[in-house]
Amino acid sequence: MDKPVNNRAWWLVAPVFAIVAFSAIIPIMTVVNYSVQDTFGNNQFFWNGLGWFQELLDPSTELGGRFFDALWRNLLFSGIILAIQVPLGILVALSMPRDGWRVAATLVLMALPLLIPWNVVGTIWQVFARADIGLLGYGLNALGIPYNYTGDTLSAWITIVVMDVWHWTSLVALLCYAGLKSIPDAYYQAARIDGASRWAVFTTIQLPKMKRVLLIAVLLRFMDSFMIYTEPFVLTGGGPGNATTFLSIDLVKLALGQFDLGKAAAMSLVYNLIVLALCWVFYTVMTHSGSERPEQGSAA
Amino acid sequence: MASITLDHLAHAYRPDPRDPQDYALKEINHVWRQGGAYALLGPSGCGKTTLLNIISGLVTPTQGRILFDGKDVTNLPTEARNIAQVFQFPVVYDTMTVRENLAFPLKNRHLPREAIAKRVEEIASRLDMTRVLDRKASNLTADAKQKISLGRGLVRSDVAAILFDEPLTVIDPHLKWQLRSTLKELHRALDLTMIYVTHDQTEALTFADTVVVMHDGAVVQTGTPEELFERPAHTFVGHFIGSPGMNVLPVRVDGATAHIGDVAVRLARAYPALPAGEKIELGVRPEFATLARAGTGLPVRVKRIDDIGRARIARVEIAGHAAAAMVPDGLALDGDRAGLALETRQIHIYAGGVLVPGEGGVG
Repeated sequence: MDKPVNNRAWWLVAPVFAIVAFSAIIPIMTVVNYSVQDTFGNNQFFWNGLGWFQELLDPSTELGGRFFDALWRNLLFSGIILAIQVPLGILVALSMPRDGWRVAATLVLMALPLLIPWNVVGTIWQVFARADIGLLGYGLNALGIPYNYTGDTLSAWITIVVMDVWHWTSLVALLCYAGLKSIPDAYYQAARIDGASRWAVFTTIQLPKMKRVLLIAVLLRFMDSFMIYTEPFVLTGGGPGNATTFLSIDLVKLALGQFDLGKAAAMSLVYNLIVLALCWVFYTVMTHSGSERPEQGSAA
Repeated sequence: MASITLDHLAHAYRPDPRDPQDYALKEINHVWRQGGAYALLGPSGCGKTTLLNIISGLVTPTQGRILFDGKDVTNLPTEARNIAQVFQFPVVYDTMTVRENLAFPLKNRHLPREAIAKRVEEIASRLDMTRVLDRKASNLTADAKQKISLGRGLVRSDVAAILFDEPLTVIDPHLKWQLRSTLKELHRALDLTMIYVTHDQTEALTFADTVVVMHDGAVVQTGTPEELFERPAHTFVGHFIGSPGMNVLPVRVDGATAHIGDVAVRLARAYPALPAGEKIELGVRPEFATLARAGTGLPVRVKRIDDIGRARIARVEIAGHAAAAMVPDGLALDGDRAGLALETRQIHIYAGGVLVPGEGGVG
């Protein structure tokens, strides 16, 4: 058998190569290039090898110290966000109406926070939480609860967390709602016939059937919260002090504020790897938990 | 264990039903005997699933009562009735093993642990599932999952009736008969009332002692498979049961003679009092109509002959109306002219679709 040999099929793949090159490979390689060099301005660069990476991963140095501080802040923030938004989203989804005009009304209401640009969300909460004129800040202080997000670390964190919950719980709820809607009525009917309690229905039917969308929700919320920038930047600018300086905020300070391109490049590469690695871990754990290979043929 | 009585039961999904068309289920009075094997047979949308859901308590009827052993359960929720139901698509609890699935209804009813374990083993061996007890239920085949759904009903010793809602829809054809015979065996061994909803006449006729045929929200006939075959009470039953269905031909009846166009057919009974204004039809099953040489019997034109394996069926035209008849072995046809011999006693007369008994017996 003679197969005609030609390479014309490459033309079909070429546009994808071009797009990926411009959107991913070239920018990343630029960053890699910066990460192994040092610059003192004037567009002069000097070879630094793995120096920035060594400094970055050593908590005793100035660079390493601020990197790990920001990293722990990020992990803590993501942990809090997932711990609140996932259960809350499920709870909201469970209490959403299942049919009638209320469905449309609820969906629109739920989608609203998702449609607001991130910097606007930050601005809304910045004003809302201000102790002098904001309804929330003024109200809390009037009730005798000391609250000041520009001066007090705890206040700042609570504000950012509440803001993120307000902004993104809808996403988790909508995903879970879609998962719930896909459960056939027969499951609920069977559960009633089997005399299952409300809690048993949740743990034996609803939660297992929502597993796939929950996986997506957790991944999305983790990635988003781990890369959060705009809202805290607008709200607190990383303060008070460095209390809400997350990795992304620190990165921008380093790269654009101090113009330490080499340090910033090394930091952004490590940051990127952490996000990738954690997503891979989440995905692997959630897709492999409790799965057994399906058996082919009759099991009777 | 109970007999189930439907007393003037009717259901409409609309909030204020007025004329009969508003009812998904028209008024029905019926008693399901304890230990009977029943089939509810009818095409999609005839109300059979509605009726099933009323019995299981998933739907509350608009009017009428439902009694278990004389006790009114119309307003009792599903979990308070001793009913088990197997659905069209297998319902298993994905995260549980087969054993946990079978134990679930008993666990919810707070039975002692040892009693549950014993009962689960017993039912598993009846269903021939002992081998897979510790497997995840979600990884089993559709027929095994259906057996689990059935098993969850069987483990409850108090169960009054098991309802099946087209349980074999997603089962491979070669496993269908196997599962069906398992059901029959269980029915014999456990003395349970079983109500089996299907639109498949073969399933209904092979499973049930009594078949309830439904059409357009109403029960049109209740009877044994033989009765449904030999004396369909409604032209719909004639059409729906049998393959091919009953020949239904418009006629004019004059005493004990029916006229199909200008062809006269002698009848076994006289019909002096047929209601005026109703459509009068003659029904005869193809199995009781035999093709013969031209010149004998009723004159027909043969359109084509289908070989269906066990028999040959002739598609004929009699006085302009289509009909089906059996072709006896060795019949030689000369052109498209032929004769049609009908078994007189198996000819039925219908007025407005409903069987008219007729008077006296001539043959």
